[in-house]
Amino acid sequence: MRVALAVASLARHRTRTALAVAGIAVASAMLLDMVMLSSGMRLSFRELLDTRGYQVRLSPKGTLPFATEATVGDAAALVAAARAQPGVAVVAPNLGAQLVAPRGDGAVTVAALGVEAGVQGDYALREGRDAAAGELVASPAALAALGRRVGDTVSLGTGWDPQLRAFRELAPRRIVGVGRFYFLGADQPVVAMPLADLQATADGARRDRISSAMVRLAPGAEPAAVARALAAALPRVSVLTTADAVAQADERVAYFRNLAFILGSVSLAVGFLLVTTLMTVSVNERIGEIAVQRALGVQARRIVQQVVAEGLALSVAGGLLGLGLGLVTARYLDAILGDFPGLPPDIAFFVFQPRDAGTAMGLLVVAGTLAGILPSWRAARLPIAATLREEAVA
Amino acid sequence: MTPPGTLMLEAVEIHRDYAMAGDAVHALRGLSLAVHEGDYVAIVGPSGCGKSTLLSLLGALDRPTRGAVRHRGRDVARLDDRAATDFRLRSVGFVFQRFHLLPMLTAAENVALPMAEAGVPPRERRARAAELLAYVGLGARTAHRPTQLSGGEQQRVAIARALANRPALVLADEPTGELDARTGTEIIQLFDRLNRDGTTLVVVTHDEELARAARRVVHMKDGAIVRDERLRD
Repeated sequence: MRVALAVASLARHRTRTALAVAGIAVASAMLLDMVMLSSGMRLSFRELLDTRGYQVRLSPKGTLPFATEATVGDAAALVAAARAQPGVAVVAPNLGAQLVAPRGDGAVTVAALGVEAGVQGDYALREGRDAAAGELVASPAALAALGRRVGDTVSLGTGWDPQLRAFRELAPRRIVGVGRFYFLGADQPVVAMPLADLQATADGARRDRISSAMVRLAPGAEPAAVARALAAALPRVSVLTTADAVAQADERVAYFRNLAFILGSVSLAVGFLLVTTLMTVSVNERIGEIAVQRALGVQARRIVQQVVAEGLALSVAGGLLGLGLGLVTARYLDAILGDFPGLPPDIAFFVFQPRDAGTAMGLLVVAGTLAGILPSWRAARLPIAATLREEAVA
Repeated sequence: MTPPGTLMLEAVEIHRDYAMAGDAVHALRGLSLAVHEGDYVAIVGPSGCGKSTLLSLLGALDRPTRGAVRHRGRDVARLDDRAATDFRLRSVGFVFQRFHLLPMLTAAENVALPMAEAGVPPRERRARAAELLAYVGLGARTAHRPTQLSGGEQQRVAIARALANRPALVLADEPTGELDARTGTEIIQLFDRLNRDGTTLVVVTHDEELARAARRVVHMKDGAIVRDERLRD
């Protein structure tokens, strides 16, 4: 009966109820988006790092993988030592550099990755095959920038000499595949080639050097324990587990979480105030009815239950509507933010998890409950005889 | 069963003072009244003499500043809110001048409301609501909402609602005050039938016809009883 009364009360002012639900839906959509944003980047970054199953990363001491242009020498010995560690299954070394290619009167700069094709974890082949000596795999953006297709040959050098008006170390390389590069921007021209080929460029300055290495563990190996062993055995490199990397990335994007927290709190406050305002207006309109119910023997707590049920019904209806709205806006916002230059294609800002929807709904339910308690409690505690008398006069 | 004539309700030296604009208004001044089982009491007097205040105190809608209100020996003025509410639910039926039906509920749902609060199972309360509406002559209007009913019909629904939990006592505050003469007469006849069927009635009224229909008329003035006359047994 209380639920039926709550529904009937809401149905009395359909336009007002619909507007309130719409308002709560907007607030809850914002709340859901902010909850998704607060955890989305972390989750997305972790998924990105886990893409190829590498749980530990090595980089020159004091740097993060590809955070600088630093490299570490004596790479073959380093990789061999890493591969010899207990619990290590695969080590994928890579070297990052920039190469240039003549195009028209100018030059096109591309990011180059030197990898070992059999173990590399930097790209997924979309077309063709992995590169052998003298060959390369290019990203779609690189193909577009170079004006080439799979099967074409492209000349790549290490730089442009303005005095000689010539490219340095220009060498032809055949494009044998198209790759989707996980860790570089979708719009960034990237090529991958055998590690030895890239190490041979720059007049030998890159010989036996790598930028980083990824380590895949043997089944059952504990990442933290292997990382500790690697750090002890390889003092020239920093060793990061995926959890460490996520934690470090988390610190770097703390402002996103703070922003999400503030905007989420504002959304929740707006939703709370909206329901409180509506319930206060609604209760004030029904003071006489509430006094009559109390006179007829309805307990104060039942009045509170009814009004709280109304607040809850509004919150749940608005929350469910806001769930759909939030997912649509999150997708739209993600597309806008995803276009930011240099972002890896698999990085998402808004990642939906059922837990997020549960959190947003839970917060709304709490807000809706609290919003109904105060006005209903006040109304239920009004002196019955005096209220009925005032209502009769009114 | 309580034998007819047993003391049911008793107000003992009750005072009710209100603070109004810094002054104390003495609405009731040491009033005493006894109502017996099966009685039909009309309380009359000029506006502002304290009739409605007395009715509120008898029904535990308000508390006296001093004095006691006993229902079958229990001082209902000393009950906490929860117990007083339960007393109103199970022991008293209220009829108001302005009907005070809940507009979003049908006639049957309005009648069923106190039963729902009392924990009567849905099927039973639907049946009793239909029975009560038939009793007040509205058997064909159970699904109508208050806005679809005339004033007299709304007051009949309110009377049916007052009887929902089978109270032995019904308190009515100007039950014909909003009705035309013909409809008022119908309500008076209904009250008469109610009383003959065993319900104790205390009615506050300005309506002389309603007062004449009662067995006993209590005249009030300035917060006190000035005359108490029995018209019939």
